[in-house]
Amino acid sequence: MASKILKVRVDRERCQGHARCFALAPELFELDQFGNGRERGDGTVSAALEAKARLAQSNCPELAVEVTEE
Amino acid sequence: MGNRPPAADWATDFDHLDPRWTENPYPIWDELRRSCPIAHTERFMGAYFPSRYEDVRAIAYDTEHFSSRRVVVRETRQSFPPAPPITSDPPAHRPAKQVLLPAFTPEMISRHEPRTRDICRELLDRIGDRKRCDGAVDYAQEIPVRVIAHMLGVPETDADQFRKWIKEILEIGITDISVLLRAQDEMIAYFADKIAARRTNPRDDLIGYLINARAEDKPLSDEHVIGTLRLLMIAGIDTTWSAIGSCLWHLAQHAQDRRRLAAEPALMGAAVEEFLRAYAPVTMAREVVKETQIAGCTFKPGHMVLLSFPAANRDPAMFPDADRVIIDRAENRHAAFGLGIHRCIGSNLARMEIRVALSEWLGRFPEFRLDPDAPVTWSVGTVRGPRRLPLLLGA
Ligand code: HEM
Ligand code: SF4
Repeated sequence: MASKILKVRVDRERCQGHARCFALAPELFELDQFGNGRERGDGTVSAALEAKARLAQSNCPELAVEVTEE
Repeated sequence: MGNRPPAADWATDFDHLDPRWTENPYPIWDELRRSCPIAHTERFMGAYFPSRYEDVRAIAYDTEHFSSRRVVVRETRQSFPPAPPITSDPPAHRPAKQVLLPAFTPEMISRHEPRTRDICRELLDRIGDRKRCDGAVDYAQEIPVRVIAHMLGVPETDADQFRKWIKEILEIGITDISVLLRAQDEMIAYFADKIAARRTNPRDDLIGYLINARAEDKPLSDEHVIGTLRLLMIAGIDTTWSAIGSCLWHLAQHAQDRRRLAAEPALMGAAVEEFLRAYAPVTMAREVVKETQIAGCTFKPGHMVLLSFPAANRDPAMFPDADRVIIDRAENRHAAFGLGIHRCIGSNLARMEIRVALSEWLGRFPEFRLDPDAPVTWSVGTVRGPRRLPLLLGA
């Protein structure tokens, strides 16, 4: 049985560049040249960073940060 | 603003210039959220006041029915020169905003952190070993104006002039249009002059950046550049000064938060967000341009909406213990910088300034409290913060 993989994703349509995700979890998010957020790489979250992923999700005013399990 | 009849009833006759609202608006908003979540007034030629987070969000997202062409609730419906992007609606909004965004990313803003820190230290040196000072006048109000002057590349000594214009536009101008128009003309002439100077003598500052910027592959017109510069100045100064002042006001009265913050600098980020939530300084406005319904209330075209991000931030349906300041609040989707397409361009700058201002202050004055013999006064209008903040310094 494979263990679940946690992923973060920024919904580009919703994101307005509040940059909270990047401030709280720079390991998981980056900003483009306009300051809008996006997940780093394919968004995979290591177990050590799960709390940070949830923190970013809880602080995005536009509800643009998604945390999913695959 | 002296001779206004007092608001008879907040639900049907609200007046955000009423002295009771200026003094302490939070109980009024709490009461409205329970009794009449979308209040209305015949004042200001008709305006609505939503007090719940979900309604404020719905209106901020709905650019079809709610236009930004008027962003201040005034006594008249006079037209003003545009200040893109804040007065822009889609589709013009996006290109006007994109042009500014690259200059305001956290990375670009971090370049101004050393100057900001120096400004704070200079101000603290000036207070020196005095036993009392005014946290608003001697400190908070001096920081953003100098930082923005530094970014624009104009003399920091023009700061007094900038603050005078802003007061005339944001406070006096709500009721006295002639003062507003004069201030506006003076600002336009000031920036036209700076633009002309840079056309002959290019400089690497924010004004130079705008002159060279292109939106949809065309350079910006001088009118656009001037409008944006006026906006940056009006939006960037007393907003942030108010935020810094409110933080000091809170810390002066809450020894536990003050000591915890001085002892655990890592908490500063979360604390700043919580201060921004609880004491959000900026209320915006929209004009209803198409009839619509929200929460069972009909919004009539021609009426204004007072769009209170500060009231949204105090909604207990969104924030548990909304009226308590919890400096390590873990979940905080506050709307102090707005929601949707008009999200504050200066949010990264403002956050940097507040963080630096507080940590420098606490480094110098870990102990301070309100002066019991001198009253705190608050600004009138849609930017809320202390204008006099007499403090006693030291244990
Ligand atoms: C604590 C300080 C600040 C607060 C609370 C604040 C708040 C806001 C809010 C609520 C909006 C949304 C307007 C709307 O929805 O109509 C806004 C927009 C804006 N702010 Fe700020 N602001 C602050 C500081 C600054 C600074 C320092 C600057 C720049 C120097 C700035 C520049 C702008 C601009 C240009 C817009 C228009 C954005 C747009 O329409 O897309 N603000 N601000
Ligand atoms: S916090 Fe939300 S809105 Fe802000 S940059 Fe991240 S995803 Fe975008």
